[in-house]
Amino acid sequence: MGIEWVHPGLLLIIGAWLLPFLKGGVKRAVMLAVPAAAVIACFFMTKGEYGVAQFLGQRVVFGRVDELSLIFSYVFSIMAFIGMVYALHVEDDTQHVSALTYAGAALGVTFAGDLLSLYVFWEMMAVSSVLLVWRRRDQAAVAAGFRYLLVHVVGGLFLLAGTVLHWNATGSLEFTDFGAWYGSAAWICILVAFLVNAAVPPLGAWLPDAYPEATVTGAVFMTAFTTKSAVYALLRGFPGTEFLIWLGAGMAVYGVVYAVLENDARRLLAYHIISQVGYMVCGVGIGTHLAINGASAHAFAHILYKAVLFMGAGAVLQMTGKRNLTEMGGLYKTMPITLGLYMIGACAISAVPLFSGFVSKSMVVSAAGESHYMWIFLTLTLASAGTFLHTGLKLPYYMFFGKDTGLRAKEPPKNMLVAMGIAAALCVGIGVYPWLLYENLPHAAVALAYDVFSPSHLTSTLGILGFTALGFFMLLKHLDPKSTVSADTDWFYRRGTGLFVRALKPLSRFEYGFVGQIYEFVMRKPVMAIAQRVRKIDGGVVDAAFLGIGRCTQALSRLIRDGVSGHTQHYGLMMAIGVVVLLALAVMAL
Amino acid sequence: MNWLEKRIEDPARFERIKRGFYLFLVLVLALEVGQQLAFPSDHPHFPFETWPGWGSVYGFISCAVIIIVSKFIGVVWLMKREDFYGD
Repeated sequence: MGIEWVHPGLLLIIGAWLLPFLKGGVKRAVMLAVPAAAVIACFFMTKGEYGVAQFLGQRVVFGRVDELSLIFSYVFSIMAFIGMVYALHVEDDTQHVSALTYAGAALGVTFAGDLLSLYVFWEMMAVSSVLLVWRRRDQAAVAAGFRYLLVHVVGGLFLLAGTVLHWNATGSLEFTDFGAWYGSAAWICILVAFLVNAAVPPLGAWLPDAYPEATVTGAVFMTAFTTKSAVYALLRGFPGTEFLIWLGAGMAVYGVVYAVLENDARRLLAYHIISQVGYMVCGVGIGTHLAINGASAHAFAHILYKAVLFMGAGAVLQMTGKRNLTEMGGLYKTMPITLGLYMIGACAISAVPLFSGFVSKSMVVSAAGESHYMWIFLTLTLASAGTFLHTGLKLPYYMFFGKDTGLRAKEPPKNMLVAMGIAAALCVGIGVYPWLLYENLPHAAVALAYDVFSPSHLTSTLGILGFTALGFFMLLKHLDPKSTVSADTDWFYRRGTGLFVRALKPLSRFEYGFVGQIYEFVMRKPVMAIAQRVRKIDGGVVDAAFLGIGRCTQALSRLIRDGVSGHTQHYGLMMAIGVVVLLALAVMAL
Repeated sequence: MNWLEKRIEDPARFERIKRGFYLFLVLVLALEVGQQLAFPSDHPHFPFETWPGWGSVYGFISCAVIIIVSKFIGVVWLMKREDFYGD
């Protein structure tokens, strides 16, 4: 048996550990070669079940390869490659290792066929991605990272609880459609875990809290993997769960509302991730073949255009050091290439015809139409006007045009532009020739029959976009960003806990006084006494033993040293004696 | 001075861009209405999709509603001073 199947996620996770041992050009080559190998592994994969193991009497499947996992694995591996190109100039091994591990864990989630391996990769994603926040190394980043980790650990515990409950109830750990167990405790726990990672409000405030605090290159990875792997998990486990339709549509508008108020460029984009993931969650909820295709295709397109947008905003942040729209303006003069590439991403997210968002988002909206959800259809259409308004008009207007703040930043390093170029090219490629994407969707026949470029669809889309732009210019003075922050549900654990602690102050004083004293007598003193004793044993017995062994070795080596004189004749003599002894032995044995 | 700068800094040229934008809007509206009249049965999901120029009108309304409603919610409730979280 040759190598039947290579786990592309494992390739990334193991490959990442080569980087700290390498330097210069070789290191940069490996930084690209590792994700490139993962891309190849994904594209040459055939459907089937691989990497099956037994654990505690349960079947653990590391490689379930079908249409759904393949389409997500393609875009995850491509994104890992683009992200590494973007990060090529960064001299920080911790970031590179954690970024590759994070991408690898996302691929692990994608191929996981059972809840146990899903859980392992799920947690690995949380732990590796938080390093991308912390490596920004300012106080705000450290605090945001802890909050991010806190939320994801809680989400992970929900997944673990759901897994255990599901195992208990059914005796199976298979990661499959949970529709049959609708409403059970296990069903709820697993769904909550997925919704936390998909950043569905009110569980999604961690996303706009943490992403803008991440490093310039780290944020690009983060936009791709956590929410979209959760969308994959929802597609796998909860298709056709009706209340997700309403949740998704609400999410799409929620992101748009916050984006109006936002001043931080990357936080505005982060709110638009929530808005866009709303379309996918909605597609999961509708659950028809067209909707499942739409959610998968939109995740694919979204990862690429969101990467372009975050890379663009990251480039501006890196070159100017400014993160707020109120401090930017007039950058089009010195950063025209960044502007151009950003605008391709903006056209894609706004679903401009011939860009990728148009061919994917339309599927979800059409699916809502075909299933006769009128209000959903209207809400999603409204949200897509909002998307164009913010990402396509407001952000570029205040960042690159607007009032000239006198910033004269240069274009970012070439590798950053190349990474943006690759992602932008894919956005255009998918938009112009969507059928290559369509034929790889879970229900390819339905996708290929979908008429995305119908005249009515084209003209109404252009109408929506054109007149949104008109509205933007008419109401421009109301859109001027203000230097404020917006309260979100993270208030509960950022301010709410503070109030909670203050309310509990008497209790904490009691705890300190009374419990602390008990602790002193019951725990600290005995432990110290034991530790003292152990230290004595360590000093007297263990150390002496090592010393003895060391002395013996020293004596032995002195003996050997005397034999090594450096004179050829001595060695020759010893060899001759050796040969004679050997001969003697041989003769005696005969 | 790059290509874009020349066009935006020069008032005469910028005026031409503006006129081009309005012309584009008229064209978009005409195309949509024309399409609806020419192919009335191009599988609409809902009756309002056959109203003349519904995409253009809805796009404009959406944009206005989003800006006004969000700003309202923001001013009365969500928008806080930058040191709101004390960090």
